[in-house]
Amino acid sequence: MSITPFNIPIVPKLKKETIYSLARKGSRIDKRKLDQFREIKITLGAAGKAHGSALVELGHTKVLAGVKIEPGRPFSDMPDQGVLNVSAEFLPIASSEFEPGPPDENAIEVARVVDRALRESQAIDLGKLAIIPGEKVWVVWVDINVLDHDGNLFDASMLAAMAALLDAKIPQHEILEDGSVRIIGPPIEPLPVKKRVVSVTIGALGNVFLVDPSLEEEAVLDTRIMFSFDEEGNLVGMQKTGAGWLDWDKVAIAFNIARNKYTVPLRALQGAFKS
Amino acid sequence: MSGKKPPFPLLKDGKRHDGRGPMDLRPIQMKVGILHNADGSAWVKMGRTEVIAAAYGPREPPMKAMILPDRAVIRFRYHMAPFSTDERKSPAPSRREIELSKVIREALEATILTHLFPRTVIDVFAEVIQADGGTRTAAITAASLALADAGIPMKGLIAGVAVGKVEGQLVLDIDQVEDEYGEADMPVAAIVGLRKIVLLQLNGVLKPDEFLKALSMAWEGLKRIYELERSVLGSKYKGV
Repeated sequence: MSITPFNIPIVPKLKKETIYSLARKGSRIDKRKLDQFREIKITLGAAGKAHGSALVELGHTKVLAGVKIEPGRPFSDMPDQGVLNVSAEFLPIASSEFEPGPPDENAIEVARVVDRALRESQAIDLGKLAIIPGEKVWVVWVDINVLDHDGNLFDASMLAAMAALLDAKIPQHEILEDGSVRIIGPPIEPLPVKKRVVSVTIGALGNVFLVDPSLEEEAVLDTRIMFSFDEEGNLVGMQKTGAGWLDWDKVAIAFNIARNKYTVPLRALQGAFKS
Repeated sequence: MSGKKPPFPLLKDGKRHDGRGPMDLRPIQMKVGILHNADGSAWVKMGRTEVIAAAYGPREPPMKAMILPDRAVIRFRYHMAPFSTDERKSPAPSRREIELSKVIREALEATILTHLFPRTVIDVFAEVIQADGGTRTAAITAASLALADAGIPMKGLIAGVAVGKVEGQLVLDIDQVEDEYGEADMPVAAIVGLRKIVLLQLNGVLKPDEFLKALSMAWEGLKRIYELERSVLGSKYKGV
């Protein structure tokens, strides 16, 4: 069951008015332009025991994603395909509003939205992850941990998951006679990643749109909409999130803003793997 | 969107596997006031997809902590009956049901005039009796009807429909087979009378021009569903 959040701090009306009046003049409380992302920093290999990992900083938002690749059983209807699993946890260290415990609806939503974008774009070549078709395949676990919440966890999580997957390597292994798989050395072979997927979240506030909303902005937005793109700019996922509505005729405007901006996180991703 | 080959052609001579054209909705049936206890209730059937929704409230919140001083709290649950699917579904809430409950509850927040009922809770529950694609959009349509049946003030009725892509072509109101073997599923819900989108998701891949076309196709479907909602509610009150 989903319940209206009733423990969120009340936003002073004055703040909403300030953010909105600034936005109508094309400006934001942190001096950004309306369509400007915060600074993006990607640190690869941030978790040593993971088979791939990345720490993404989006302004003050920090998300750490780790990938673990383990042998496991395929799904019976996809016997020769690897398995992709995406989870997200909003850790209590990240915000005074996050409680310890199993993922709530917000964390589940982020995980499922990231999962769908990766799956539908076929970003990972799951067909290359069979070890013994029908018996053993690689199971790719992507765990997204939110460390510090300053808004736009969708884009930060998407970017962290994608960077961690690009960083990921399959463990050296041998197949024993009984069909079991033994890990014999550190990971070397890169995970077969076919596509790079990134997302752009747009906040709607009255007649204006804000790219990459901060936490302060999120609290006053009417609603948000997240668009995921592959490298060619195809739409590979979308989610309206947060209570409230969006003018029907303005969805196309929000989409065009997002499509003009997806190269920003994409370039950040490419930059992280160049050096 | 499993990437698997369909067992039969999904599109042949411009017709879909069930004989519909690309812009045809499945046959739709709606009823309101079908439950005795609920303050409002509705039954929606789209093709083989069938959903019952009930609304209770505004009423006393079960916990003190749940109270909002300036408006009503909304609780919504999307739930599938264990026998609604091809293989039995565990009645425990899945991650999918948790996500759908959230996005539909957020959609309802946009239309219910919650500020009229501070310190109360409004409950809406949708039970999927048979799942054959488009259950979330049928659930939100049913939820909106149940709220209207309960007399809970709203800014407008919500209608929901999905646009899909099968064998490269955009089609309206996809069913389970078209969802499973198609290339995209884009559920949309809107307050039709106000032209406001309250739910929008995409599972699959669309080119930019396809996305814009899918949106306009959804609008055509939503208008038709909205007219049906209005006539069902209208005929209920005509009999009084």
